[in-house]
Amino acid sequence: MNTKSEIENIINNNDVCLFMKGIPEAPQCGFSMAVSNILKILNVNYKAINVLENPEIRNEIKTFSDWPTIPQLYVKGEFVGGCDIVKEMFEKGELKSLLESKSLI
Amino acid sequence: MIFIKLITHGIIILMALSVEEIKKLIITSIPDATIEIKDLVGDSNHYSAKISSKIFNGISKIEQHKLVYKSLQGKMGNELHALSITTEGK
Repeated sequence: MNTKSEIENIINNNDVCLFMKGIPEAPQCGFSMAVSNILKILNVNYKAINVLENPEIRNEIKTFSDWPTIPQLYVKGEFVGGCDIVKEMFEKGELKSLLESKSLI
Repeated sequence: MIFIKLITHGIIILMALSVEEIKKLIITSIPDATIEIKDLVGDSNHYSAKISSKIFNGISKIEQHKLVYKSLQGKMGNELHALSITTEGK
């Protein structure tokens, strides 16, 4: 399977996916930590993909999403944003609404 | 400013960008932009930028941020590791 199909499989089979550096219990970057903490606060189940353990996904996800940085959050197969957008949406209550509207929390 | 970082595999040279260089790149691409940039810890490597422009009117946050990334000509995620972005319309 090529990397693009692998990414498609991940986002199609998991309602909430976070491509991050490190793991939720031990993030390796402040931005990844911020987003995983937000998801923890919202008490949502999500699939975390550690791009540091998979250099091919780390490269391909940037092209796939047309987005140059990690972390990247996907909900129901749709790209939601990186750290800044997720933080802003969380602060405005929009992320909670989005997850509620998809019956994910 | 040039930082030289020695690692076990050799030498990586990281070119950091100054506040003025970042502003210039954004203005070149988004001429009406009002830009406020902070060097968060004074190391020319961790910035936050607030940018407002008419081109952000009526488009999604993702599209707004993509326009900023585009103005940075591929430097985001490379020379520029940490630039947090806030965008708004005018």
